[in-house]
Amino acid sequence: MRALKVAALMLLTVACARENASNSNTASSTARTSGSVDLTGAGATFPYPIYSKWFSDYAAQKGVKINYQSIGSGGGIRQLSEETVDFGASDSPMSDDEMSKAKGGPVLHIPTVLGADVVTYNVPGVTAPLKLTPEAIAGIFSGSIKKWNDTRIASLNSGVTLPSSDILVVHRSDGSGTTYIFTDYLSTTVPSWKASIGKGKEVKWPVGIGAKGNEGVAGQVKQTPGAIGYVELAYAKQNNLPIAAVRNQAGQFVVASVAGVTAAAAGVAKSLPENTDYRLSIVNAPGADSYPISSFTWLLVYKQQKDAAKGQKLVDFLNWALTEGEQSAASLDYAPLPTDMAAKVKARVATVSLSGAK
Amino acid sequence: MTSLSAQWLDRDRRRLILEQSAIPDTVYGILTAACALFIPALVIAIAVAIFAAAWPAFAKLGLSIVTSSDWDVAGGHFGAAPAVFGTLVSSAIALVIATPLAIGVAIFLSEFSPAWLRQPVGFLVDLLAAIPSVVYGLWGIFVLIPLLREHVMPFFRDTLHLGSTPFFSGAAYGPSMLAAGVILAIMALPYISAVSREVLMAVPRSQREAALALGATRWEMIRDAVVPYARSGIIGGIMLGLGRALGETMAVTMVIGNRPEISASLLAPGYTMASLIANEFSEATNDLHLSALMAVGAALFVITLIVNGIARWLVWSVSRARAK
Repeated sequence: MRALKVAALMLLTVACARENASNSNTASSTARTSGSVDLTGAGATFPYPIYSKWFSDYAAQKGVKINYQSIGSGGGIRQLSEETVDFGASDSPMSDDEMSKAKGGPVLHIPTVLGADVVTYNVPGVTAPLKLTPEAIAGIFSGSIKKWNDTRIASLNSGVTLPSSDILVVHRSDGSGTTYIFTDYLSTTVPSWKASIGKGKEVKWPVGIGAKGNEGVAGQVKQTPGAIGYVELAYAKQNNLPIAAVRNQAGQFVVASVAGVTAAAAGVAKSLPENTDYRLSIVNAPGADSYPISSFTWLLVYKQQKDAAKGQKLVDFLNWALTEGEQSAASLDYAPLPTDMAAKVKARVATVSLSGAK
Repeated sequence: MTSLSAQWLDRDRRRLILEQSAIPDTVYGILTAACALFIPALVIAIAVAIFAAAWPAFAKLGLSIVTSSDWDVAGGHFGAAPAVFGTLVSSAIALVIATPLAIGVAIFLSEFSPAWLRQPVGFLVDLLAAIPSVVYGLWGIFVLIPLLREHVMPFFRDTLHLGSTPFFSGAAYGPSMLAAGVILAIMALPYISAVSREVLMAVPRSQREAALALGATRWEMIRDAVVPYARSGIIGGIMLGLGRALGETMAVTMVIGNRPEISASLLAPGYTMASLIANEFSEATNDLHLSALMAVGAALFVITLIVNGIARWLVWSVSRARAK
C-alpha cells in the first residue's frame, strides 16, 4: 500500500513539474510581443533546468527568444555538426574527430556551469555518510569488492557497522554525461580501471544492473537494500539521497556541495594555459575543498557565425549567461564558474567572428 | 419558415442527382485506394530507411551484430545477441503467462458470465491496454519488483527447491527477465482476451445447440464445439499480443535490469533490443555506434516480420484443417 502511495506521489510530482515547465514557457512567450524564435539550440539534458530558466529570464529581460530542445548531448553535437541549430550543448567535450566533421568550421566550447556525480547507497543501519576512496569505488563498480564489510571499505569507515550482505551495483543504462564524468574520474584516479573499462557515455560494466536516468538509478538504489549507484548532485540534493564522502587529491573526504564543485574548477583554473580551448576534465582537481567527481557542461558554438545578426544575439546571450546567469545557478543546485574563470571565458566568447563567410 | 419545405424538396432533388452521377463513387474509390496504398508505402519507406542506416554496420561487422555477445561501445564491439535473446525470452514468458489467463477470461465472459458482469469486466480488461507503458514501468519498480524479490523469487528458489536448476539460480535482486516477462504478460493480456472474446461470441448459436443436443455437457460443448470454431481467431489474438510484447520498450527498460548478458536464470537481469535502442540512441555520436543501433532495429523489424509470417501460416493451416 505504501509503495502504491509512493508511485502515485511520483506521478503527481511528474505532472506538477510538467505544469510548472509549461507555465514558465508561456510566461516567456508572453513576455515577448512577437512570437518568432530568435535562436535555436539542442543538446544535453543535464543542464536543461538551468538553461530553461536562463532562456526564460533572458526572454523576459531582453526580448530575445531561445528555443532549446533537450535531446541529449549526442543529438546536440549531431545537430550542430549538421548546422540545423544555432548552438549545441554537451556534457562531454567533442572529440577531435567530431570537431573535424562539423560542417560550419571550428567549434568553440563555452563552459557554462558545473555539475557533479555523487555516490548514493542503501546500506541498512548506516546513517553517517560513508567514506570512500577512488580505489574503493573502482573496486565496488568493477566487482572486485563484493560485500559491504570488505576490509577495503571497512578500513575507511572505522566505527561504522557494515553488514555482510552482497553489494548490488546500479549504473546508468542509457548513454549519459553522468556516466562519462563518473568513468572519467575512475579512469583518471585508478590505472586498472582505465586499462580494463575506460571512460565513455556508456561503458561495458563488469557487474550490476542498468537503470534509465537519474530517477531510475535512485529508485533502484532506494528499493534494494545493499545497492549502490551514482547520480547527479542536483538530483541527489533535491531528493535527499544519502551521499558518500569521497577522498579528493588532497586526501580530504569531501561530501559533494555546490561550493565544493566550484572549488574544483578553481583548483584547475590556476594551472590553466592562456590559450586553453576549455575541453577540460576537472575530475580529481587539486585543492583541499575540491569535490573530485566534477565536470563542466558546455555550450557549443561555431567560431565563424554565418548570419551576423544571429551571431550577435548568440554572443550577447553568452555574455549575459556568464555574468547574470551564473548568479542564479546555485538556486537550482548547479555550481557557477569561479568568477575569474567566467571573465576568461568571456574573453573567449569575444573571439567569435561575426563577419559571415570566411 | 415558409421556405423550409421548399428547401427540403430542393435537397432531395439534389441528392437524387448526386446519386445518379458516378462522381461520388469514383471519388470514394480513389480516396480509399489512396488510404490503402499509403500504409504499405509507409512500411516500405520505414524499412528502406532503417536498412540504409544499418548498412554501414552490417558491411563492417556482418552478422556478428546479432550473433556476438560483446557489446562494448568504448571498444567498438557491437554484438547484440543478449538483446535478441532477451527480446525472445521475455516475450515467450509473457505469452506463457498471458495466454491461459486471457483465454480463461474470454471463455468466462462469452460463455459463463451473467450479462450484468460481462460489460464491466470486459471493460476493465480492455482498460489494461489503455494504460501508458511508463505507468506500467513505475508500477513495476515500486510494486512488482519488491513483490517478486520478497515473495515470488524466494518461493521458486527455496520453497520449490528450484534454486539448483539453472533457471532459478543466482542472486535475486528484483530487476530481471522474470519481471520483464510478467509486465509484458499484463500488457499483452488485453489484446489476446479482447480478440478471443469477440471471436468466441461470434461462434453461431447453432454450433452450441448442436453440441448440447448430442448430449455434450457445457464443458464438452465449449471444448469440442466453440473453441475449435474460434481457434484461428484466438491464434490471431495471441500473435497480436506477441507483437505488442516484442516491441515494448519503456516498461521493459524500467524493470529488466539492462544487462547485456545471456543467462539461463529467470532471476538474472537481461536486455531487449528495443530497450538497447531506447537507452543508447540519444547519446550516440559515433557513426558506427549509430549504425549498429539501426542494425539492431533492422533485426527487430525482421523478427517481427517472421513472427507475423508464422501467425499467418498458423491461422491459415488451422482454417484449412477445419475446412477438410
